[in-house]
Amino acid sequence: MARKPEILHPLTPAQTWWLLATGIAAFAPLAPQVPWWLAAATAGAFVWRAALAWRRQPLPTRWVLVFVTIACTAGVLFQYRTLFGQQAGVALLVVFMALKQLEARAPRDGLAVVLLAYFLTLTQFFENQSLPAAATTLAAALTATAALASLVDAQLRPLRLLRLAAVMLAQAAPFMLILFVLFPRVSGPLWGLPKDAHSSLTGLSDDMQPGTINRLIRSDAIAFRVAFDGAVPPKREMYWRGPVLTVLDGRTWRPGGKSAAADLPYRPLADSPAYAYTVTLEPHNKPWLFGLEFPVTLPPDAFATSDFQLHARKPVRERRRYALRSQTEVAYFKENHHVLAAALQLPDDLNPRTVLLGNSLREGRPTDYQRLQRALDFMRSQRFVYTLQPPLMGEHVADEFLFDHQRGFCEHFSAAFVVLMRAAGVPARVVTGYQGGERNPVDDTWVIRQSDAHAWTEVWLEQSGWVRVDPTAVSVPARIEQNLAAAMPAGEPLPWLARADFRWLRELRYRWWAVNNAWNQWVLGYDPQRQRELLERLGMHAPDWRKMGIALAAFAGLVLLALAGWLLWRRPRPDPAERQWRKAARRLARRGLARHAWEGPQDYAARVAAKLPAAAADIRAIAALYAGLRYGNAPADSLATSLATLRRRVAAFRP
Amino acid sequence: MRPPPDPGSLAAVLAAAGQIILGKERQLRLALACLLARGHLLIEDLPGVGKTTLAHTLARLLGLEFQRVQFTSDMLPADILGISVFDRDGGEFRFHPGPIFTQVVLADEINRATPKAQSALLEAMEERQVTVEGATRPLPQPFFVIATQNPAYQIGTFPLPESQLDRFLMRIELGYPDRAAERALLEGRDRRMLLAEIRPLMTPEALLAEQQRAAALHVAPALLDYVQALAAHTRSAPEWRAGLSPRAGLGLVAAARAWALLTGRDHVLPEDVQAVLSAVAAHRLAAAGDARNADEIGRALIEAVPLP
Repeated sequence: MARKPEILHPLTPAQTWWLLATGIAAFAPLAPQVPWWLAAATAGAFVWRAALAWRRQPLPTRWVLVFVTIACTAGVLFQYRTLFGQQAGVALLVVFMALKQLEARAPRDGLAVVLLAYFLTLTQFFENQSLPAAATTLAAALTATAALASLVDAQLRPLRLLRLAAVMLAQAAPFMLILFVLFPRVSGPLWGLPKDAHSSLTGLSDDMQPGTINRLIRSDAIAFRVAFDGAVPPKREMYWRGPVLTVLDGRTWRPGGKSAAADLPYRPLADSPAYAYTVTLEPHNKPWLFGLEFPVTLPPDAFATSDFQLHARKPVRERRRYALRSQTEVAYFKENHHVLAAALQLPDDLNPRTVLLGNSLREGRPTDYQRLQRALDFMRSQRFVYTLQPPLMGEHVADEFLFDHQRGFCEHFSAAFVVLMRAAGVPARVVTGYQGGERNPVDDTWVIRQSDAHAWTEVWLEQSGWVRVDPTAVSVPARIEQNLAAAMPAGEPLPWLARADFRWLRELRYRWWAVNNAWNQWVLGYDPQRQRELLERLGMHAPDWRKMGIALAAFAGLVLLALAGWLLWRRPRPDPAERQWRKAARRLARRGLARHAWEGPQDYAARVAAKLPAAAADIRAIAALYAGLRYGNAPADSLATSLATLRRRVAAFRP
Repeated sequence: MRPPPDPGSLAAVLAAAGQIILGKERQLRLALACLLARGHLLIEDLPGVGKTTLAHTLARLLGLEFQRVQFTSDMLPADILGISVFDRDGGEFRFHPGPIFTQVVLADEINRATPKAQSALLEAMEERQVTVEGATRPLPQPFFVIATQNPAYQIGTFPLPESQLDRFLMRIELGYPDRAAERALLEGRDRRMLLAEIRPLMTPEALLAEQQRAAALHVAPALLDYVQALAAHTRSAPEWRAGLSPRAGLGLVAAARAWALLTGRDHVLPEDVQAVLSAVAAHRLAAAGDARNADEIGRALIEAVPLP
């Protein structure tokens, strides 16, 4: 093997530690995104490097690194079945960046680590664009820039390096803002996401089994945020409508065959309260949009189904913002008899006791309204317990809930009630969605979380059309009128955010949500449409990419000019003798005898004297005065006289 | 401006030397400046261009003791420093000082000796004292080493390492004489005879006084800015592997002071720095791998750095 060439300037310990810090800062936010074994291998490489640096031991030989590299590459290949694409690529780069640390000997290698770290820092936005992600990016960029500075000057102290990096990032901030505002936006992410990228998103699904909503309720994840414009409905009236489930298939509720309605299937009543609001929906990988019952306008790129659901044309995979108007009371047109027939279907041989009870409600040929009242009376008369830990139920879910355990949550209440109503001959269906929400007093928005998921029912009454009935509210009013905590029996574990204690924590959380909401609205929600709106408000008529490009160049140029001006202004002023000397040199430059930047006064005077004999005496005298003032050893009291003489001679100097 | 101080006999020394070494005024002036700056001088050139004559001439004119050491590949440190010999009469060891105990040492063809012998000389140059067998003996004052070396590509040379090249304040090249000077040389008398006739023009005491005057010459902050800019440039420019060391910077200022003294000025100008730059800086930079000759390196460096 050839002898390794000796490195003239190996990395200093300080530089090594900076590179390590850069690597860790870039890796930490990515750690949850890569497979656990890869995260462990990367962390191991960092620890290895740190141990070597600490004990001042030599770096591992090339063969060890080659082996580890091949092993990690094979692992990535095995995990993702490819080395390319976004996830596999990021995983590979993460491990390479860590391994590069183990062979970084010269500043040039360090440069590779820093550049990789810059890139990797960006890749976390593939997965996560939240405010904390932005903060970690900033920290990683700061560390990487400081490491870069330490590669250039190993002598600088850490604090000085950090300050230098911070100043450099601050100088870049105006450009960042200009690029952010003016760079032509494209809708959707720039990079292609793999198909399964959204599989982890949570939200309401389009079927319901015992336990579906129960699982959802335990999540603190935000479903959507709402900002009301004007009047706000009382919280108990906030029913955010989602999937409507008509078909009972064994234990599972499914949506009925719904059709897209060309227009809204109802019309608002003129005197019913109306609410205007904007919804910012988190991605949930399903096409439905949520609105207060009942939306009377349609958001763009959306339609309404025959069972009054708002549907987007595509699954919601990015945060989506839409404005809506809702009215609480609407008038129905005649309902399709197929729909009503479907809303009466019950599976055979299931829930016999409920069916029996339903049949009993028909005694005395009451109207459908009276049957509904009887059913509600039944619900009120029983001692139902609202719990997130219902007992296991078998095949006859409604029977067991209504007559045996009488413990359950909204899912059980609504499903059992619909079975009961159908058995009584009243068309009924389950509606899922969210109920209520939490107002953030800081920015006056409402946050609706997965833990607000709810299921209620709708029954068809001849005179009134579809009427919302919430059996949970009827049986356990506290669930709707207060909150989850109030509805639950004492001693049951509550979802974290539903707990009432920790007032200060709640305060802090409200602030955090408000900041997050602003981030979502103004940074992440800055899409082509918002960009157009903003630019038009700023006076750009009909902005297109050309105009934006011109504005981009113009503003970036202005900032550059401002920075250059600032630098010029900060430049040390030449002393008065130097200024006179440069003045004389400028006059000579007009005669084609410019002074070279490196030329000393005597040499210049000699050159000028040779070319311009007429000016020889003058330039020699000026050069001597200047040299004496700038380099000489004259006593201080004679300086002023010399300077005055120099000024006079330069002023009179006309070569 | 005050009238320049009388350079006294320094100008006379230069004029007299110019009679012997023809057409090499600049090199003579550099060599004298090097001596005034208390630095050692390395003359690198082909055999026969007058290296030894130059050293000899300077020593004679300045009235200094002169010893010549011819370096060879079988030389030992004792051949330079001296050796203790048992004296039968006195019944003890007596130290016989080597040729280094003199005021001007001409170390001829220094790169023909092995590194061991080279380092004996170079240590003495730095410390201005010699330690032999535990006893430290000071060298005379002034002490001045003029070393000559053949270009490294010649056969049978041990090139001086960078660290030892750095001990020499200046390295100059003599080069072939120009046409007129060579003609005068060929027409004139034998240089050896001329040398023998030289009368000293200065005393060692006067030389020490001149050295002190040079060291006290005024250096303005603006000039130090310039020296620092030059050093900084060599450290950051990609064409050199290593920039000028702080010792090189000190040497540059000292040499520029001596040059200004020879010019008869009481302060140092950028021109003085530029005049000595190639002699002071080139061997330190060239050691880091540069194919150009010293003057080209100096020129490029001067033109790359504007006066601050």
